[in-house]
Amino acid sequence: MSKVGTDLVKRGMAEMQKGGVIMDVVNAEQAKIAEEAGAVAVMALERVPSDIRAAGGVARMADPTITEEVLNAVSIPVMAKARIGHIVEARVLESMGVDYIDESEVLTPADDIYHINKRDFTVPFVCGCRDLGEATRRIGEGASMLRTKGEPGTGNVVEAVNHIRKVQSQIRQLRALSEDEVMVFAKENGAPFEILMQIREEGRLPVVNFAAGGVATPSDAALMMQLGADGVFVGSGIFKSDNPAKFARAIVEATTHYDDYKLIGELSKDLGTAMAGIEMSTLTPADRMADRSE
Amino acid sequence: MIKIGVLGLQGAFREHVRSVEASGAKGIIVKRVEQLDDLDGLIIPGGESTTMRRLIDKYDFLEPLRQFGKQGKPIFGTCAGMILLASEIAGSDNVHLGLMDIKVERNAFGRQRESFEADLDMKGIAEGYNAVFIRAPYILEVGAGVDVLATYNDKIVLAQQGQFLACAFHPELTDDHRLTAHFVGMVENSKKTLAS
Repeated sequence: MSKVGTDLVKRGMAEMQKGGVIMDVVNAEQAKIAEEAGAVAVMALERVPSDIRAAGGVARMADPTITEEVLNAVSIPVMAKARIGHIVEARVLESMGVDYIDESEVLTPADDIYHINKRDFTVPFVCGCRDLGEATRRIGEGASMLRTKGEPGTGNVVEAVNHIRKVQSQIRQLRALSEDEVMVFAKENGAPFEILMQIREEGRLPVVNFAAGGVATPSDAALMMQLGADGVFVGSGIFKSDNPAKFARAIVEATTHYDDYKLIGELSKDLGTAMAGIEMSTLTPADRMADRSE
Repeated sequence: MIKIGVLGLQGAFREHVRSVEASGAKGIIVKRVEQLDDLDGLIIPGGESTTMRRLIDKYDFLEPLRQFGKQGKPIFGTCAGMILLASEIAGSDNVHLGLMDIKVERNAFGRQRESFEADLDMKGIAEGYNAVFIRAPYILEVGAGVDVLATYNDKIVLAQQGQFLACAFHPELTDDHRLTAHFVGMVENSKKTLAS
């Protein structure tokens, strides 16, 4: 008797991605460049976050033609994004054989109150978080992998740094609490009690947590690893740079050897221009994707 | 104490270290070639085989890994690690380490939605072992010197050839350390043999 879609199988898939880089791609050609550069998975999209930002309007699940093209182009896992709360987009992606669904704030939320009940699905989900409350709520809904939200499409790592630090710091606080203090921590952070008890016991999240949202250089990727991320998503950073193949390889190596500064220095030479960045204070509240749906 | 390295370029290497230590040996994450000299055995973990191969090439691990195996030191490849050990990969001209006389097929059980858990009987090692298969490969054919130790739905998922052990599933993801303990036993025996 075999069992599909179990927690072990869904979370285990993310465990295999650890120490790796997941790259946003918009066609088969980019997917192949990413695979060749050593990406552990690709995220199939219609537009990278910085273009979504520039285009404005409502951003939805990609045209299935693009997702299928990417699925057929590479042998590494393929992820794709569904709008927050959009059960049908997620089911469509599952039916196409996508390996992981990102219920993502990069797209315009379809439901600004509820997320998808991810336990209903065989395919695993990754969700964004800014703090431990958000992380544990998503785990409670069945997310098998987490990532920081950061601020997508900005090329500015500051928000991703804030988010990973916040999660790590709150895990340390939680571990220092006595058992009778955990319920109040749960109340104050809107966090499910049982999941907090498990994190307190094991000293870590029960799922893999990647960095995402603003990672633009090899040093940014290594920084996120040092702050405790299990791996890195790079969205606009690669294919908005001058030399995507070289940039992609450099980010993969910096993620593996995140504490080898001499190597990171070498990798960072002559990479050409990184994507243009956006200063956070120039974003209006409506521009901030990370604040969508918590 | 027996020292077992876990190739730590990418993938679930920390879980393997935990499993090795639960089986009474010392587990060491290996990121550099020179670390190999100090080891009695090596685990090549699950992860993405294409990513691992790229990093293996980049850091000139390929030949030192082959030499490690050819000296008689045991290597255990799990999932992606099994693909790296194989002498033939279906549908590909690529061979990575080529140390084990097996022909494998990548993602042979399907994509992630087809990934599964199932109980396995492993010949001489364990019965009723919960094995976790994730986008898993399997072994299509084995050479003459290879022992098939477990099958699932008639597909070969665990095999041993002398000092080389390969499985299609992920022993590091559960708390059942019987297969890792079997490998630790292989390393203990080889250490005695190589010393004498």
